[in-house]
Amino acid sequence: MAATTVPKHLTEGEVGLGLTLLVGAFLCALASARAVDAPFGIHMAVFALAGFVGVAAILKRYEGRPAESAPQEIDGRPNYNLGPVKFASIAAMAWGIAGFLVGCIIAFQLWAPALNLGLEYASFGRLRPLHTSAVIFAFGGNVLIGTSLYVVQRTCRARLAGDLAPWFVVLGYNLFIVIAGTGYLMGVTQSKEYAEPEWYADLWLTVVWVVYLLVFLATLWKRKEPHIFVANWFYLAFIVTIAMLHIVNNLALPVTVFGSKSYPIFAGVQDALIQWWYGHNAVGFFLTAGFLAIMYYFVPKRAERPIYSYRLSIIHFWALIFMYIWAGPHHLHYTALPDWAQTLGMTFSIMLWMPSWGGMINGLMTLSGAWDKLRTDPVLRFMVVSLAFYGMATFEGPMMSIKAVNALSHYTDWTIGHVHSGALGWVAYISFGALYCLVPWLWNRREVYSLKLVEWHFWVSTLGIVLYITSMWVAGIMQGLMWRAYNALGFLEYSFVETVEAMQPYYLVRALGGVLFLIGGLIMAYNLAMTIAGRTAVESEAVPAGDALPGAAGLAPAE
Amino acid sequence: MADTANPGKPPAGPETTGHEWDGIAEYNNPLPRWWLYGLYATIVWAFGYWIAYPAWPLVSGYTAGVLGYSQRETVLGEVAAVRREREARGQAQLASASVAEIRADPALLRLALATGKAAFGDNCAACHGTSATGRPGYPNLQDDEWLWGGTAEEIERTIRYGARSGHGEAHIGDMPAFGRDGVLTRAEVEAVASYVLSLSGKPGVAGAKPDKGAEVFAGNCAGCHGERAQGTPEMGAPNLTDAIWLYGSAPEQVVATVTNGRKGVMPAWEGRLDPATIKSLAVYVHGLGGGK
Repeated sequence: MAATTVPKHLTEGEVGLGLTLLVGAFLCALASARAVDAPFGIHMAVFALAGFVGVAAILKRYEGRPAESAPQEIDGRPNYNLGPVKFASIAAMAWGIAGFLVGCIIAFQLWAPALNLGLEYASFGRLRPLHTSAVIFAFGGNVLIGTSLYVVQRTCRARLAGDLAPWFVVLGYNLFIVIAGTGYLMGVTQSKEYAEPEWYADLWLTVVWVVYLLVFLATLWKRKEPHIFVANWFYLAFIVTIAMLHIVNNLALPVTVFGSKSYPIFAGVQDALIQWWYGHNAVGFFLTAGFLAIMYYFVPKRAERPIYSYRLSIIHFWALIFMYIWAGPHHLHYTALPDWAQTLGMTFSIMLWMPSWGGMINGLMTLSGAWDKLRTDPVLRFMVVSLAFYGMATFEGPMMSIKAVNALSHYTDWTIGHVHSGALGWVAYISFGALYCLVPWLWNRREVYSLKLVEWHFWVSTLGIVLYITSMWVAGIMQGLMWRAYNALGFLEYSFVETVEAMQPYYLVRALGGVLFLIGGLIMAYNLAMTIAGRTAVESEAVPAGDALPGAAGLAPAE
Repeated sequence: MADTANPGKPPAGPETTGHEWDGIAEYNNPLPRWWLYGLYATIVWAFGYWIAYPAWPLVSGYTAGVLGYSQRETVLGEVAAVRREREARGQAQLASASVAEIRADPALLRLALATGKAAFGDNCAACHGTSATGRPGYPNLQDDEWLWGGTAEEIERTIRYGARSGHGEAHIGDMPAFGRDGVLTRAEVEAVASYVLSLSGKPGVAGAKPDKGAEVFAGNCAGCHGERAQGTPEMGAPNLTDAIWLYGSAPEQVVATVTNGRKGVMPAWEGRLDPATIKSLAVYVHGLGGGK
């Protein structure tokens, strides 16, 4: 309150965003009132409410903030903006638990369909997209957004660009998740796998995503480092490509602007090709490039070792993003898709093998000279095992894209096993490793609450993954072999329902594997909550400092 | 603080690039040879594949590949080969021959049984079970009790037109809802249920009077099920003296049957399956063990 300070007034950003939210909220309220279907009415009401809450939050923040905007540097050190990162970290953990839980429920439903209780809201068709979106976009997305906003600041030595924009990104993204998830439960879907949300949710995500891109680019722009760190290349590839994929695959015409239903502008095999161009590159750029970015920052940081090879990182980065974008048609082998498109999808998938493995090599070899840490540091072990699963899944993927293999594997649960070895083993494990590093850094703790609980999380969830993927491999290959078994007269040996009967025991094993993974997630959530609360576990005090707490001093978050 | 600790600072070893980000340095190790040659090998293989198979789109067409491969032609060829094989084994006769003729000809019988088994799995197993042993409300086809007759010809007719299916030729004949429609009182329903259960030595409803049930049976049920409750296949009325109970033999289940009636539906498959398949199914089902 010194007399020399500038008088406090609303910034252009606060006024602009506040007015935009206000107008948007009124328009949504209007749309809600005129809605032709109930889910659309509810969703527009949610948007309107979110808009009003946003305006209130801006005013509340204004009330409490000092007159000057947050300084870029304090005492010559960057003044990092960690609030949005903290929010995304907690959101990731919460959505992760929800996503794993829904996964377990539908896994048990496959074993015993009556577990849908005869309710439309609990039917497999609605819960399945809820599961996939919750784990990929809600859990994975928050991990990506949170870590990217952290890593880009640290490796650029610059405060995040924008004042309200980073908050708009994380809150807006989570609003999209809520709209998408509640939509599935109410039966709103455009029936495109991994792109189920309807047109209005897609439009909202587009706005959020463009702001995300701008925040990221602007932060890179004001960096204090001469070069852009490798993780940021991967994050940028992820953000740019997802924007393109999302917009093209969701080009659709709503039946009315007051209703949820829309129809894609593509039809037939073109629509299928666009969908799987999107679907496969969601794997490539969301679940691979994005999480490789996480790997490139958190593995060397935790191992306290330089990255193995700059040259390899450059070559495999460009090879990966060039090859991946072509691979989508391998999801449509032996369909109405023309032969030539199938060939391109398959051959580019094979050529993608080594570029994918480049990331694994760079991650694993970064540990050379530090392998002993795997024994004592379960957090690093999570990340190393994730790289092993990454390598396995990126070998299995090209193999399954070969038409002769695909003829056996396609439409079977082998695909489900493959996806989960990548999703549980790679995506979730690298995320767990990153969160176990990030949460103590964000809240200024020396280490997570309990490394012993991290050990438990690691072994329980690893057992879960093993049960999951082995049961699905066996079941899927058996299923494929049963489907293609002919007798001497050219008749199918097994009817479809016989293959379903044969799968049932494996479905139970898979569901139990999922439960173990969920239990691991709950252990983690407890551990992180205790870390944030600032508790110290008994065992942590017993170990000599600097022994089981690798580089605690070096990893201290505060500059 | 972090900068002074420099966790990523390399120990003596290979060269780094000289940059450092938040304490992370990078070695400039060469590409692993096996990795690079692996990448080259997949690229060379891809070029070879493009030369051999349809691969690149052109303005109005695509590069066809030197092998002349076409997925569509391959599939059509395979389907045609199976057709020829089946023709050679008498597929045409299957359509024209009667069920009796099929059963008399060993080669034709083999083809019919194979056709029937595949068709059963795809069309019938959902209700009757993959092993055709049925479930409550859906008859067991392995035993020798047949609601609508158990000769191969009768089974063929049942498959073709169904029962209460809406088809003009379908079997009709309902078990009336004696209780719900007020034909019998609750006490009479319980009495007749107990009487019917006593015919196969099963316990009836506690406190009911089977003797009175016999009277009720003679007046209301014997018309379809027969004086001695042995059943009438022409009317789809089951034998009530054996141990087979389509809707359960617990007293409350039999009471429910008499009270509300039963109208189980077997769909008509004519028009959905071709005549050769229907005949094959009849031969297959007849051959499961219970055929007459």
